[in-house]
Amino acid sequence: MQTFDLEAEGLRALNSTLHAQAANTNQTHWEIVNPKGSHAIAVGLDAPIEVNIKGSTGYYCAGMNKQATVHVHGSVGPGTAENMMSGMVVVEGDASQYAGATGHGGTLVIKGNASSRCGISMKGIDIIVHGNIGHMSAFMAQSGNLVVCGDAGEALGDSLYEARLFVRGSVKSLGADCIEKEMRPEHLTLLEELLERGGCDAKASEFKRYGSARQLYNFNIDNAY
Amino acid sequence: MKDEQKGAPRNTGPHGAPRTMPIQSATFSNPVNAEIRRAAATGIYDIRGGGAKRKLPHFDDLLFLGASMSRYPLEGYREKCETSVTLGTRFAKNPIQLDIPVTIAGMSFGALSGGAKEALGRGATMAGTSTTTGDGGMTEEERGHSNKLVYQYLPSRYGMNPDDLRRADAIEIVVGQGAKPGGGGMLLGQKISDRVAEMRNLPKGIDQRSACRHPDWTGPDDLEIKILELREITNWEKPIYIKVGGARPYFDTTLAVKAGADVVVLDGMQGGTAATQDVFIEHVGQPILACIREAVRALQDLDMHREVQLVVSGGIRTGADVAKAMALGADAVAIGTAALIALGDNDPKWEAEYNALGTTAGAYDDWHEGQDPAGITTQDPELMARFDPIEGGRRLNNYLKVMTLEAQTIARACGKNHLHNLEPEDLCALTMEAAAMAKIPLAGTDWYPGKPGTSY
Repeated sequence: MQTFDLEAEGLRALNSTLHAQAANTNQTHWEIVNPKGSHAIAVGLDAPIEVNIKGSTGYYCAGMNKQATVHVHGSVGPGTAENMMSGMVVVEGDASQYAGATGHGGTLVIKGNASSRCGISMKGIDIIVHGNIGHMSAFMAQSGNLVVCGDAGEALGDSLYEARLFVRGSVKSLGADCIEKEMRPEHLTLLEELLERGGCDAKASEFKRYGSARQLYNFNIDNAY
Repeated sequence: MKDEQKGAPRNTGPHGAPRTMPIQSATFSNPVNAEIRRAAATGIYDIRGGGAKRKLPHFDDLLFLGASMSRYPLEGYREKCETSVTLGTRFAKNPIQLDIPVTIAGMSFGALSGGAKEALGRGATMAGTSTTTGDGGMTEEERGHSNKLVYQYLPSRYGMNPDDLRRADAIEIVVGQGAKPGGGGMLLGQKISDRVAEMRNLPKGIDQRSACRHPDWTGPDDLEIKILELREITNWEKPIYIKVGGARPYFDTTLAVKAGADVVVLDGMQGGTAATQDVFIEHVGQPILACIREAVRALQDLDMHREVQLVVSGGIRTGADVAKAMALGADAVAIGTAALIALGDNDPKWEAEYNALGTTAGAYDDWHEGQDPAGITTQDPELMARFDPIEGGRRLNNYLKVMTLEAQTIARACGKNHLHNLEPEDLCALTMEAAAMAKIPLAGTDWYPGKPGTSY
């Protein structure tokens, strides 16, 4: 295992070292100590490595991740795993705003709570939150799955496209064009797989599914004339 | 009775008394009334491209003074007049070197056909300048055919991915556009083809509205951290531009520099290729003429003029416009509408088809509807087939060459051996408005409205 002291060696050295790891690198396990809330830790990774961050991080931790597994042993600031393409990001603590924003793929697991705008504009990422999520989550979410074991804040799924939202607890309010939908067997199967991937012991049958009513897909034009 | 037979109003009353002439209201003009009727029939605002169509103070209201007794000119064609520009000297490891200071502005694949994007790449590469992606991701057509490609980072993040970031030559963070400062993009369902839908990860055929704010940062303090992230992902190689619409250019430029921009792109309200509500296009934002000096003042106050480069756009048409923008302090310009016209858009040869669409060549602005007879702003395979990317590239290169030669002609006449050496002192203004906006003396005077020390 490689240990990297972020405080001693600096952010630029960290990210360029991680970027230098090839697909077949033997240095597959990395531990980053002294993150101390720094921004842009382990961003733009593109190798099947596992990075353990021993502490909390600032903005955009694991941004645009591909292939790598990034495990944060602490809480994370805004925009964690933003625009993730593939791989996995696990947060032991809580996540600030915009967790998993615009993510195209991969899995983001938040073991604590997530703040507002979790999964905003998500485009294929799977996000599993063990706790609650804040307001305006999954705003304009295009595709992928958002699983919330706790409660959701106001305006969940506003202007939603084709992303699927699963919430176990209460939803304070649904955003424009977001509605509750029937939980069919294929959704239960999918949700069970997501819960297992996210390390949740919740039962799929306890969740409700929300999705787009598809009423905002086209402009409302009066064609009477 | 003769008048009556023609259906024209009679100009005399029943007893031969003169009638008043029918007078059209300047307030409720025919175009205004037509729009009211259209709104009443459909219940939706008018969406279009083409930028502000109202008459605005513009570069036409400035003139160059030229050399004479007190300055001497350079010999046309014989004495050197450089046109090169380097963008991204502040922080980027690999600044962009351009042969000419005219770049191609961001226009999306989706808005434009793949062939049109290819033509822009071909023409710009031949002319030694850069092209820019748009709100739809990077296509192979444009990456393959553009020697220098600027990758836009937009609120929608359609198609955004780290591999394309790394194969871009620069990154342009779009905060706003001149046509709609404060607004997001629009693309109607007719243009969301299978390929466009797949690139944007959207259902086919929907009317797509892009977000107006970025999803994961708010304000310049956040943006500074976002730029750090983008630089870390790309190993500090790429110049990072920030594009803003002409809103509050002094503060916007100051904050862009504070956030860490290498280049500020400033787009005036004539910037035309973005589709949005007509009311937005005509009533929000400032003309580019009013923005340049304020942006330059911000850069000068920060001691960053020429260190952070300024690219201006919105209504650039000729080499004279290029020279005037540069004399006001810009490092380069960008063209969008003009490039589409060079490719063949709004060409009178398609007049019959423009008529069938209820418009006429030169006035066609419903590019977002995807029915462009010229085959440029469409995803319809039959219309697209009308457009030849190789011929389009040739035409764009020719046009860029003419603009450059024109700008050089003016610079030499002003005694300048590089376009960057043009300066406000080379200019005079024809109107009070232009004088005030550009802080250039009114012709025949040494005064402009607002000149320090001249107020009552």
